[in-house]
Amino acid sequence: MPTVELQSSGSDVADEIGKAPAPHAELIYRHRAPVRLTHWINVLCILFLLGSGLNIFNAHPRLYWGKSGADADHAFFSLGAVTGESGPRGITQIGPWQFDTTGVLGWSKAYGEYQARGWPDWLTIPSFQDLADARHWHFLFAWLLVLNGLLYLGYSIYARHLQRDVWPTLDDLRGIPRSVLDHLRLRHPTGEAAKRYNVLQRLAYLGVIILISLMVLTGLSMSPGFNAVFPQLLDIFGGRQSARSIHFISASLIVLFVIVHVVEVMLAGPFNEIRSMLTGYYRIHRENPAADMREEEKV
Amino acid sequence: MADARIITRRAAIVAGFGAAGYLVANTNALTLNPAMAKIFEAVEDWTRISQRALLNADRLAPEYRPSDISPVFKANGTLNPNTDVYNAHAAANFSDWRLNITGLVSNPMSLSLADIRRLPARTQITKHDCVEGWTAIGMWTGVQLGLLLKAAGMSPQARYVVFHCADNLSGEPAKGGEQSPGQYYESIDLKDAFHPQTLIAYALNGNPLDVPHGAPLRLRVERQLGYKHAKYIQSIQVTDSFANIAGGRGGYWEDRGYEWYAGI
Repeated sequence: MPTVELQSSGSDVADEIGKAPAPHAELIYRHRAPVRLTHWINVLCILFLLGSGLNIFNAHPRLYWGKSGADADHAFFSLGAVTGESGPRGITQIGPWQFDTTGVLGWSKAYGEYQARGWPDWLTIPSFQDLADARHWHFLFAWLLVLNGLLYLGYSIYARHLQRDVWPTLDDLRGIPRSVLDHLRLRHPTGEAAKRYNVLQRLAYLGVIILISLMVLTGLSMSPGFNAVFPQLLDIFGGRQSARSIHFISASLIVLFVIVHVVEVMLAGPFNEIRSMLTGYYRIHRENPAADMREEEKV
Repeated sequence: MADARIITRRAAIVAGFGAAGYLVANTNALTLNPAMAKIFEAVEDWTRISQRALLNADRLAPEYRPSDISPVFKANGTLNPNTDVYNAHAAANFSDWRLNITGLVSNPMSLSLADIRRLPARTQITKHDCVEGWTAIGMWTGVQLGLLLKAAGMSPQARYVVFHCADNLSGEPAKGGEQSPGQYYESIDLKDAFHPQTLIAYALNGNPLDVPHGAPLRLRVERQLGYKHAKYIQSIQVTDSFANIAGGRGGYWEDRGYEWYAGI
Protein backbone atom coordinates (compact mmCIF):
# COMPACT_ATOMS: atom_id res chain seq x y z
CA MET A 1 0.00 0.00 0.00
CA PRO A 2 1.61 3.28 -1.02
CA THR A 3 1.55 6.07 1.51
CA VAL A 4 1.75 9.80 1.17
CA GLU A 5 4.61 9.94 3.57
CA LEU A 6 6.76 7.23 2.11
CA GLN A 7 5.92 7.01 -1.54
CA SER A 8 7.82 9.76 -3.32
CA SER A 9 10.15 8.85 -6.16
CA GLY A 10 13.89 8.64 -6.04
CA SER A 11 14.87 10.76 -9.02
CA ASP A 12 13.77 14.21 -7.79
CA VAL A 13 15.45 13.52 -4.55
CA ALA A 14 18.69 12.56 -6.20
CA ASP A 15 18.67 15.78 -8.23
CA GLU A 16 18.08 17.80 -5.17
CA ILE A 17 20.96 16.45 -3.21
CA GLY A 18 23.13 16.56 -6.31
CA LYS A 19 24.22 12.99 -6.72
CA ALA A 20 22.68 9.95 -8.29
CA PRO A 21 21.88 6.96 -6.13
CA ALA A 22 23.77 3.75 -6.67
CA PRO A 23 21.92 1.56 -9.15
CA HIS A 24 20.90 -0.97 -6.49
CA ALA A 25 19.56 1.69 -4.12
CA GLU A 26 17.08 4.50 -4.25
CA LEU A 27 16.57 7.52 -2.04
CA ILE A 28 13.02 8.09 -0.95
CA TYR A 29 11.54 11.03 0.90
CA ARG A 30 10.51 9.28 4.08
CA HIS A 31 9.85 11.85 6.83
CA ARG A 32 8.29 15.20 6.07
CA ALA A 33 9.49 18.37 7.76
CA PRO A 34 6.76 18.70 10.45
CA VAL A 35 7.33 15.12 11.57
CA ARG A 36 11.11 15.60 11.69
CA LEU A 37 10.92 18.91 13.52
CA THR A 38 8.40 17.73 16.12
CA HIS A 39 10.43 14.53 16.59
CA TRP A 40 13.56 16.42 17.63
CA ILE A 41 11.72 18.94 19.78
CA ASN A 42 10.10 15.95 21.44
CA VAL A 43 13.53 14.41 22.10
CA LEU A 44 14.64 17.58 23.87
CA CYS A 45 11.38 17.79 25.86
CA ILE A 46 11.53 14.14 26.96
CA LEU A 47 15.17 14.52 27.99
CA PHE A 48 14.45 17.56 30.18
CA LEU A 49 11.18 16.18 31.52
CA LEU A 50 12.80 12.90 32.58
CA GLY A 51 15.77 14.62 34.22
CA SER A 52 13.72 17.25 36.03
CA GLY A 53 11.08 14.64 36.87
CA LEU A 54 13.64 12.52 38.68
CA ASN A 55 14.81 15.57 40.62
CA ILE A 56 11.19 16.27 41.61
CA PHE A 57 10.75 12.60 42.54
CA ASN A 58 13.73 12.90 44.89
CA ALA A 59 11.73 15.34 47.04
CA HIS A 60 9.53 12.40 48.04
CA PRO A 61 10.99 9.18 46.60
CA ARG A 62 8.01 6.95 47.39
CA LEU A 63 5.06 5.78 45.28
CA TYR A 64 1.58 4.94 46.57
CA TRP A 65 -1.67 3.67 45.15
CA GLY A 66 -4.95 5.45 45.83
CA LYS A 67 -6.25 8.88 46.69
CA SER A 68 -3.66 9.74 49.31
CA GLY A 69 -0.25 8.64 50.52
CA ALA A 70 2.54 10.00 52.71
CA ASP A 71 5.25 8.71 55.05
CA ALA A 72 2.94 6.67 57.27
CA ASP A 73 1.19 4.98 54.35
CA HIS A 74 2.29 1.87 52.47
CA ALA A 75 4.55 2.61 49.50
CA PHE A 76 4.87 0.00 46.74
CA PHE A 77 8.10 1.56 45.53
CA SER A 78 10.64 3.63 47.39
CA LEU A 79 14.23 4.79 47.26
CA GLY A 80 15.64 5.40 50.70
CA ALA A 81 18.70 5.45 52.90
CA VAL A 82 19.07 3.33 56.03
CA THR A 83 21.87 3.15 58.56
CA GLY A 84 23.53 -0.24 58.36
CA GLU A 85 26.38 -1.75 60.40
CA SER A 86 28.98 -0.33 58.06
CA GLY A 87 27.30 3.07 57.61
CA PRO A 88 24.40 4.31 55.50
CA ARG A 89 23.10 2.15 52.67
CA GLY A 90 20.85 3.00 49.74
CA ILE A 91 17.81 0.74 49.62
CA THR A 92 15.46 0.33 46.66
CA GLN A 93 12.16 -1.23 47.65
CA ILE A 94 9.75 -2.73 45.10
CA GLY A 95 6.73 -4.33 46.74
CA PRO A 96 8.00 -6.84 49.31
CA TRP A 97 11.54 -6.90 47.86
CA GLN A 98 14.47 -4.77 48.95
CA PHE A 99 17.71 -4.28 47.07
CA ASP A 100 20.95 -2.70 48.23
CA THR A 101 21.63 0.01 45.64
CA THR A 102 24.21 2.03 47.58
CA GLY A 103 26.07 4.46 45.36
CA VAL A 104 23.33 4.72 42.76
CA LEU A 105 19.84 4.74 44.26
CA GLY A 106 18.91 5.96 47.74
CA TRP A 107 22.41 6.89 48.88
CA SER A 108 24.92 8.31 46.43
CA LYS A 109 27.75 10.77 46.06
CA ALA A 110 26.86 14.24 44.84
CA TYR A 111 29.09 17.30 44.92
CA GLY A 112 31.85 15.47 46.75
CA GLU A 113 29.88 13.84 49.54
CA TYR A 114 27.51 10.96 49.99
CA GLN A 115 23.95 11.94 50.68
CA ALA A 116 20.45 10.50 50.84
CA ARG A 117 18.98 11.08 47.42
CA GLY A 118 16.65 8.87 45.42
CA TRP A 119 18.16 9.21 41.96
CA PRO A 120 21.85 10.09 41.57
CA ASP A 121 23.05 13.53 40.48
CA TRP A 122 24.08 12.34 37.01
CA LEU A 123 20.46 11.49 36.19
CA THR A 124 18.70 14.60 37.49
CA ILE A 125 18.11 18.09 36.09
CA PRO A 126 19.53 20.16 37.61
CA SER A 127 22.16 17.79 38.97
CA PHE A 128 21.99 19.45 42.42
CA GLN A 129 18.91 18.68 44.48
CA ASP A 130 16.41 21.56 44.23
CA LEU A 131 12.71 20.93 43.92
CA ALA A 132 11.86 24.53 42.95
CA ASP A 133 14.40 24.63 40.11
CA ALA A 134 13.47 21.17 38.86
CA ARG A 135 9.81 22.21 38.74
CA HIS A 136 10.72 25.26 36.64
CA TRP A 137 12.42 23.09 34.02
CA HIS A 138 9.62 20.53 34.23
CA PHE A 139 6.80 22.98 33.52
CA LEU A 140 8.74 24.83 30.81
CA PHE A 141 9.25 21.61 28.87
CA ALA A 142 5.82 20.26 29.78
CA TRP A 143 4.22 23.20 27.99
CA LEU A 144 6.60 22.75 25.06
CA LEU A 145 5.77 19.04 24.96
CA VAL A 146 2.05 19.78 24.90
CA LEU A 147 2.31 22.41 22.15
CA ASN A 148 4.71 20.26 20.12
CA GLY A 149 2.48 17.22 20.62
CA LEU A 150 -0.61 19.11 19.46
CA LEU A 151 1.32 20.32 16.42
CA TYR A 152 2.38 16.75 15.63
CA LEU A 153 -1.06 15.25 16.15
CA GLY A 154 -2.79 18.04 14.22
CA TYR A 155 -0.43 17.72 11.29
CA SER A 156 -0.39 13.92 11.35
CA ILE A 157 -4.15 13.65 11.30
CA TYR A 158 -4.50 16.37 8.64
CA ALA A 159 -1.83 14.81 6.39
CA ARG A 160 -3.14 11.31 7.16
CA HIS A 161 0.31 10.31 8.45
CA LEU A 162 -1.27 8.88 11.58
CA GLN A 163 -3.98 6.99 9.70
CA ARG A 164 -1.79 5.63 6.89
CA ASP A 165 1.66 5.21 8.38
CA VAL A 166 1.16 4.67 12.11
CA TRP A 167 -2.25 3.07 12.58
CA PRO A 168 -1.79 -0.69 12.00
CA THR A 169 -3.98 -2.39 9.38
CA LEU A 170 -5.58 -5.78 9.95
CA ASP A 171 -2.94 -7.33 7.68
CA ASP A 172 -0.30 -5.67 9.81
CA LEU A 173 -1.78 -7.17 12.95
CA ARG A 174 -1.92 -10.64 11.42
CA GLY A 175 1.77 -10.25 10.62
CA ILE A 176 2.78 -9.63 14.23
CA PRO A 177 4.28 -13.11 14.90
CA ARG A 178 6.34 -12.92 11.71
CA SER A 179 7.46 -9.38 12.47
CA VAL A 180 8.51 -10.44 15.97
CA LEU A 181 10.62 -13.24 14.47
CA ASP A 182 12.15 -10.85 11.92
CA HIS A 183 13.06 -8.43 14.70
CA LEU A 184 14.57 -11.18 16.83
CA ARG A 185 16.67 -12.38 13.86
CA LEU A 186 17.67 -8.74 13.29
CA ARG A 187 16.33 -9.00 9.75
CA HIS A 188 15.41 -5.58 8.52
CA PRO A 189 13.03 -5.11 5.61
CA THR A 190 14.46 -4.17 2.24
CA GLY A 191 12.94 -2.99 -1.02
CA GLU A 192 9.25 -2.11 -1.02
CA ALA A 193 8.74 -3.39 2.53
CA ALA A 194 11.27 -0.86 3.83
CA LYS A 195 9.15 2.01 2.51
CA ARG A 196 6.53 1.57 5.18
CA TYR A 197 6.60 1.16 8.95
CA ASN A 198 6.38 -2.48 10.01
CA VAL A 199 3.71 -3.54 12.46
CA LEU A 200 5.92 -3.47 15.55
CA GLN A 201 7.06 0.03 14.62
CA ARG A 202 3.47 1.09 14.21
CA LEU A 203 2.47 -0.35 17.59
CA ALA A 204 5.52 1.16 19.26
CA TYR A 205 4.89 4.65 17.84
CA LEU A 206 1.20 4.44 18.64
CA GLY A 207 2.13 3.24 22.12
CA VAL A 208 4.47 6.13 22.74
CA ILE A 209 1.82 8.61 21.58
CA ILE A 210 -0.55 7.05 24.13
CA LEU A 211 2.14 7.08 26.84
CA ILE A 212 2.94 10.76 26.28
CA SER A 213 -0.78 11.60 26.40
CA LEU A 214 -0.99 9.63 29.63
CA MET A 215 1.98 11.60 31.00
CA VAL A 216 0.18 14.88 30.31
CA LEU A 217 -3.11 13.68 31.80
CA THR A 218 -1.58 12.16 34.94
CA GLY A 219 0.60 15.27 35.29
CA LEU A 220 -2.49 17.46 35.21
CA SER A 221 -4.15 15.14 37.75
CA MET A 222 -1.46 16.07 40.26
CA SER A 223 -2.41 19.75 39.97
CA PRO A 224 -4.84 20.88 42.68
CA GLY A 225 -5.92 23.73 40.39
CA PHE A 226 -6.73 21.35 37.56
CA ASN A 227 -8.46 18.98 40.01
CA ALA A 228 -11.02 21.72 40.63
CA VAL A 229 -11.46 22.28 36.88
CA PHE A 230 -11.84 18.62 35.97
CA PRO A 231 -12.22 16.35 39.02
CA GLN A 232 -13.33 13.42 36.83
CA LEU A 233 -9.74 12.93 35.72
CA LEU A 234 -8.74 12.17 39.32
CA ASP A 235 -11.46 9.53 39.52
CA ILE A 236 -10.37 7.97 36.22
CA PHE A 237 -6.85 7.45 37.56
CA GLY A 238 -8.05 6.42 41.02
CA GLY A 239 -6.79 9.44 42.94
CA ARG A 240 -3.81 11.76 43.01
CA GLN A 241 -1.31 9.23 44.31
CA SER A 242 -2.35 6.65 41.73
CA ALA A 243 -2.03 9.33 39.06
CA ARG A 244 1.47 10.14 40.35
CA SER A 245 2.41 6.46 40.22
CA ILE A 246 1.00 6.07 36.69
CA HIS A 247 2.98 9.19 35.76
CA PHE A 248 6.15 7.45 36.95
CA ILE A 249 5.32 4.08 35.34
CA SER A 250 4.49 5.74 32.01
CA ALA A 251 7.77 7.63 32.15
CA SER A 252 9.59 4.33 32.75
CA LEU A 253 7.86 2.81 29.73
CA ILE A 254 8.89 5.81 27.64
CA VAL A 255 12.50 5.19 28.72
CA LEU A 256 12.07 1.57 27.63
CA PHE A 257 10.71 2.76 24.28
CA VAL A 258 13.67 5.13 23.81
CA ILE A 259 16.16 2.34 24.53
CA VAL A 260 14.52 -0.05 22.04
CA HIS A 261 14.09 2.76 19.51
CA VAL A 262 17.77 3.77 19.65
CA VAL A 263 18.96 0.15 19.54
CA GLU A 264 16.79 -0.46 16.45
CA VAL A 265 18.23 2.66 14.80
CA MET A 266 21.73 1.35 15.48
CA LEU A 267 20.87 -2.11 14.10
CA ALA A 268 19.04 -0.82 11.04
CA GLY A 269 21.88 1.46 9.98
CA PRO A 270 22.39 4.55 12.10
CA PHE A 271 23.66 6.81 9.31
CA ASN A 272 20.72 6.17 7.01
CA GLU A 273 18.16 6.26 9.84
CA ILE A 274 19.44 9.44 11.46
CA ARG A 275 19.85 11.14 8.08
CA SER A 276 16.24 10.33 7.27
CA MET A 277 15.10 12.02 10.49
CA LEU A 278 17.28 15.06 9.70
CA THR A 279 16.87 15.57 5.95
CA GLY A 280 13.88 13.35 5.30
CA TYR A 281 15.71 11.16 2.76
CA TYR A 282 16.11 7.46 3.31
CA ARG A 283 18.10 5.05 1.20
CA ILE A 284 16.30 1.89 0.24
CA HIS A 285 18.31 -1.13 -0.77
CA ARG A 286 16.54 -3.22 -3.37
CA GLU A 287 16.30 -6.87 -2.64
CA ASN A 288 17.06 -7.87 -6.19
CA PRO A 289 18.32 -5.05 -8.40
CA ALA A 290 18.45 -7.26 -11.49
CA ALA A 291 14.74 -8.06 -11.19
CA ASP A 292 13.92 -4.37 -10.80
CA MET A 293 15.87 -3.58 -13.93
CA ARG A 294 13.92 -6.17 -15.90
CA GLU A 295 10.65 -4.69 -14.62
CA GLU A 296 11.71 -1.28 -15.83
CA GLU A 297 12.63 -2.61 -19.26
CA LYS A 298 9.16 -4.09 -19.64
CA VAL A 299 7.64 -0.66 -19.09
CA MET B 1 19.31 27.85 -5.86
CA ALA B 2 19.14 24.25 -4.80
CA ASP B 3 22.55 24.54 -3.14
CA ALA B 4 21.62 27.67 -1.22
CA ARG B 5 18.50 25.99 0.08
CA ILE B 6 20.46 22.97 1.26
CA ILE B 7 23.03 25.14 3.02
CA THR B 8 20.30 27.08 4.77
CA ARG B 9 18.61 23.90 5.82
CA ARG B 10 21.88 22.40 6.97
CA ALA B 11 22.64 25.61 8.87
CA ALA B 12 19.23 25.44 10.52
CA ILE B 13 19.76 21.83 11.58
CA VAL B 14 23.24 22.56 12.92
CA ALA B 15 22.01 25.68 14.73
CA GLY B 16 19.09 23.79 16.24
CA PHE B 17 21.25 20.97 17.53
CA GLY B 18 23.91 23.45 18.66
CA ALA B 19 21.34 25.31 20.74
CA ALA B 20 19.96 22.08 22.19
CA GLY B 21 23.47 20.87 23.00
CA TYR B 22 24.27 24.17 24.70
CA LEU B 23 21.08 23.87 26.74
CA VAL B 24 21.89 20.33 27.86
CA ALA B 25 25.55 21.10 28.62
CA ASN B 26 24.76 24.21 30.66
CA THR B 27 21.60 23.20 32.49
CA ASN B 28 23.00 23.75 35.98
CA ALA B 29 24.32 27.23 35.19
CA LEU B 30 21.17 28.18 33.29
CA THR B 31 19.03 27.08 36.24
CA LEU B 32 20.33 30.02 38.25
CA ASN B 33 20.64 32.45 35.32
CA PRO B 34 18.51 35.63 35.65
CA ALA B 35 17.49 35.54 31.97
CA MET B 36 16.31 31.98 32.39
CA ALA B 37 14.42 33.04 35.53
CA LYS B 38 12.42 35.44 33.34
CA ILE B 39 11.46 32.54 31.07
CA PHE B 40 10.46 30.42 34.06
CA GLU B 41 8.33 33.31 35.37
CA ALA B 42 6.64 33.62 32.00
CA VAL B 43 5.83 29.89 32.13
CA GLU B 44 4.37 30.33 35.64
CA ASP B 45 2.24 33.25 34.40
CA TRP B 46 1.07 31.18 31.46
CA THR B 47 0.13 28.30 33.77
CA ARG B 48 -1.76 30.62 36.13
CA ILE B 49 -3.58 32.41 33.31
CA SER B 50 -4.65 29.16 31.66
CA GLN B 51 -5.76 27.56 34.93
CA ARG B 52 -7.62 30.71 35.96
CA ALA B 53 -9.31 30.84 32.56
CA LEU B 54 -10.71 27.40 33.34
CA LEU B 55 -11.37 28.13 37.01
CA ASN B 56 -13.39 31.34 36.77
CA ALA B 57 -16.69 29.86 37.94
CA ASP B 58 -15.56 29.33 41.55
CA ARG B 59 -15.04 25.67 40.79
CA LEU B 60 -14.67 23.69 44.00
CA ALA B 61 -11.77 21.43 44.87
CA PRO B 62 -12.95 17.81 45.16
CA GLU B 63 -14.33 16.87 48.57
CA TYR B 64 -14.03 13.39 50.03
CA ARG B 65 -15.88 10.94 52.27
CA PRO B 66 -14.99 10.45 55.94
CA SER B 67 -13.68 6.98 55.03
CA ASP B 68 -11.06 8.65 52.79
CA ILE B 69 -9.46 10.55 55.69
CA SER B 70 -5.75 9.68 56.06
CA PRO B 71 -5.05 7.72 59.27
CA VAL B 72 -1.99 9.92 59.81
CA PHE B 73 -2.06 13.43 58.37
CA LYS B 74 1.58 14.21 57.69
CA ALA B 75 2.78 17.45 59.26
CA ASN B 76 5.52 19.23 57.35
CA GLY B 77 7.56 22.44 57.48
CA THR B 78 7.56 23.92 60.96
CA LEU B 79 6.35 21.33 63.47
CA ASN B 80 6.51 23.71 66.41
CA PRO B 81 7.33 27.45 66.30
CA ASN B 82 8.86 26.93 69.76
CA THR B 83 9.34 30.57 70.67
CA ASP B 84 8.74 31.74 74.27
CA VAL B 85 5.70 33.74 73.22
CA TYR B 86 4.21 30.88 71.20
CA ASN B 87 4.91 28.33 73.93
CA ALA B 88 3.12 30.56 76.44
CA HIS B 89 0.11 30.75 74.11
CA ALA B 90 0.14 26.98 73.66
CA ALA B 91 0.32 26.48 77.44
CA ALA B 92 -2.74 28.74 77.82
CA ASN B 93 -4.59 26.81 75.12
CA PHE B 94 -4.34 29.89 72.87
CA SER B 95 -6.97 31.71 74.96
CA ASP B 96 -5.17 35.04 74.41
CA TRP B 97 -4.29 34.46 70.74
CA ARG B 98 -5.47 37.29 68.50
CA LEU B 99 -6.02 37.26 64.76
CA ASN B 100 -5.50 40.78 63.48
CA ILE B 101 -6.90 41.94 60.16
CA THR B 102 -5.02 44.98 58.95
CA GLY B 103 -4.00 46.93 55.86
CA LEU B 104 -6.36 48.19 53.17
CA VAL B 105 -9.54 47.67 55.19
CA SER B 106 -12.01 50.20 56.55
CA ASN B 107 -12.57 48.24 59.72
CA PRO B 108 -9.38 46.67 61.11
CA MET B 109 -10.19 43.81 63.46
CA SER B 110 -8.62 41.84 66.24
CA LEU B 111 -10.39 38.57 66.87
CA SER B 112 -9.99 35.97 69.59
CA LEU B 113 -10.39 32.26 68.90
CA ALA B 114 -13.73 32.40 70.72
CA ASP B 115 -14.86 35.20 68.37
CA ILE B 116 -13.85 33.14 65.34
CA ARG B 117 -15.53 29.95 66.60
CA ARG B 118 -18.80 31.86 67.03
CA LEU B 119 -18.88 32.75 63.30
CA PRO B 120 -20.63 30.49 60.79
CA ALA B 121 -18.34 27.54 60.15
CA ARG B 122 -17.62 25.42 57.10
CA THR B 123 -16.38 21.83 57.32
CA GLN B 124 -14.80 20.16 54.32
CA ILE B 125 -12.91 16.95 53.66
CA THR B 126 -10.20 17.78 51.17
CA LYS B 127 -6.83 16.54 50.05
CA HIS B 128 -3.66 18.33 50.92
CA ASP B 129 -1.16 18.14 48.06
CA CYS B 130 2.40 18.81 49.06
CA VAL B 131 4.74 20.23 46.45
CA GLU B 132 7.04 17.33 47.32
CA GLY B 133 4.49 14.90 45.92
CA TRP B 134 2.64 13.33 48.86
CA THR B 135 -1.07 13.69 49.61
CA ALA B 136 -3.03 13.55 52.87
CA ILE B 137 -6.80 13.81 53.24
CA GLY B 138 -8.29 15.57 56.24
CA MET B 139 -11.47 17.19 57.50
CA TRP B 140 -11.06 20.89 58.13
CA THR B 141 -13.36 23.22 60.02
CA GLY B 142 -13.06 26.98 59.98
CA VAL B 143 -14.51 30.29 58.99
CA GLN B 144 -14.54 31.36 55.37
CA LEU B 145 -11.87 33.97 54.80
CA GLY B 146 -14.24 35.89 52.53
CA LEU B 147 -16.61 36.38 55.47
CA LEU B 148 -13.86 37.97 57.58
CA LEU B 149 -12.68 40.17 54.69
CA LYS B 150 -16.20 41.42 54.02
CA ALA B 151 -16.62 42.27 57.69
CA ALA B 152 -13.31 44.14 57.60
CA GLY B 153 -14.42 46.18 54.58
CA MET B 154 -11.93 45.85 51.76
CA SER B 155 -10.61 48.95 50.08
CA PRO B 156 -10.99 49.09 46.27
CA GLN B 157 -7.18 49.09 45.93
CA ALA B 158 -6.91 45.71 47.65
CA ARG B 159 -5.37 43.00 45.47
CA TYR B 160 -3.71 40.50 47.79
CA VAL B 161 -4.19 38.99 51.21
CA VAL B 162 -0.96 38.31 53.12
CA PHE B 163 -0.76 35.91 56.07
CA HIS B 164 1.87 36.55 58.73
CA CYS B 165 2.79 33.53 60.80
CA ALA B 166 4.33 32.81 64.18
CA ASP B 167 6.90 30.33 62.89
CA ASN B 168 10.42 31.00 61.78
CA LEU B 169 11.70 28.28 59.46
CA SER B 170 15.31 28.90 60.38
CA GLY B 171 18.00 26.94 58.65
CA GLU B 172 16.08 26.08 55.52
CA PRO B 173 18.31 26.52 52.50
CA ALA B 174 17.56 29.58 50.41
CA LYS B 175 18.00 29.70 46.68
CA GLY B 176 21.62 29.15 45.81
CA GLY B 177 22.20 26.96 48.85
CA GLU B 178 22.71 29.60 51.56
CA GLN B 179 21.13 29.18 54.96
CA SER B 180 18.64 31.91 55.63
CA PRO B 181 16.16 31.96 58.46
CA GLY B 182 12.86 33.58 57.78
CA GLN B 183 9.49 34.30 59.28
CA TYR B 184 6.87 32.28 57.46
CA TYR B 185 4.36 34.22 55.43
CA GLU B 186 2.15 33.60 52.44
CA SER B 187 -0.13 35.51 50.09
CA ILE B 188 -3.06 34.80 47.80
CA ASP B 189 -5.09 36.99 45.48
CA LEU B 190 -8.73 37.95 45.95
CA LYS B 191 -10.02 35.19 43.64
CA ASP B 192 -8.71 32.59 46.06
CA ALA B 193 -9.40 34.70 49.16
CA PHE B 194 -13.13 34.81 48.38
CA HIS B 195 -13.35 31.20 47.20
CA PRO B 196 -15.95 29.33 49.30
CA GLN B 197 -13.45 26.65 50.35
CA THR B 198 -10.81 29.13 51.50
CA LEU B 199 -10.89 28.90 55.28
CA ILE B 200 -9.17 30.16 58.35
CA ALA B 201 -9.27 26.70 59.90
CA TYR B 202 -9.21 25.91 63.61
CA ALA B 203 -9.99 22.18 63.59
CA LEU B 204 -8.63 19.10 61.86
CA ASN B 205 -10.67 15.89 61.86
CA GLY B 206 -13.00 17.31 64.52
CA ASN B 207 -10.28 18.25 67.02
CA PRO B 208 -8.77 21.66 67.66
CA LEU B 209 -5.68 22.11 65.48
CA ASP B 210 -2.62 20.66 67.18
CA VAL B 211 0.77 22.35 67.15
CA PRO B 212 2.35 20.37 64.25
CA HIS B 213 -0.62 21.19 62.01
CA GLY B 214 -0.60 24.93 62.73
CA ALA B 215 -2.38 25.65 66.02
CA PRO B 216 -4.41 27.66 66.60
CA LEU B 217 -5.22 28.93 63.09
CA ARG B 218 -4.11 28.01 59.60
CA LEU B 219 -5.11 28.76 56.05
CA ARG B 220 -6.86 26.31 53.73
CA VAL B 221 -6.64 27.33 50.08
CA GLU B 222 -7.72 24.10 48.49
CA ARG B 223 -6.89 24.71 44.85
CA GLN B 224 -3.20 25.26 45.57
CA LEU B 225 -0.27 23.24 46.93
CA GLY B 226 0.50 22.74 50.61
CA TYR B 227 3.05 25.49 51.11
CA LYS B 228 0.35 28.11 50.43
CA HIS B 229 -1.61 26.82 53.48
CA ALA B 230 0.14 29.04 56.05
CA LYS B 231 0.11 27.75 59.64
CA TYR B 232 0.22 29.62 63.00
CA ILE B 233 -1.50 32.70 61.50
CA GLN B 234 -1.19 35.84 63.62
CA SER B 235 -2.34 38.50 61.22
CA ILE B 236 -3.99 38.96 57.87
CA GLN B 237 -2.83 41.96 55.89
CA VAL B 238 -4.84 43.24 52.95
CA THR B 239 -2.57 44.97 50.46
CA ASP B 240 -2.15 46.11 46.88
CA SER B 241 1.37 44.67 46.59
CA PHE B 242 3.65 42.31 48.46
CA ALA B 243 6.82 43.68 46.84
CA ASN B 244 7.97 45.26 50.11
CA ILE B 245 7.35 42.25 52.33
CA ALA B 246 10.38 40.06 53.13
CA GLY B 247 11.93 38.85 49.85
CA GLY B 248 9.15 40.49 47.85
CA ARG B 249 7.92 37.39 46.07
CA GLY B 250 4.81 36.81 48.18
CA GLY B 251 5.82 34.00 50.51
CA TYR B 252 8.53 32.18 52.42
CA TRP B 253 8.96 29.48 49.75
CA GLU B 254 8.34 31.92 46.91
CA ASP B 255 11.37 33.87 48.17
CA ARG B 256 13.28 30.60 47.81
CA GLY B 257 12.35 30.00 44.18
CA TYR B 258 8.93 28.33 44.38
CA GLU B 259 6.00 29.56 42.31
CA TRP B 260 3.66 32.13 43.80
CA TYR B 261 0.82 30.50 41.88
CA ALA B 262 0.91 26.97 43.28
CA GLY B 263 -2.02 25.51 41.35
CA ILE B 264 0.24 22.87 39.84
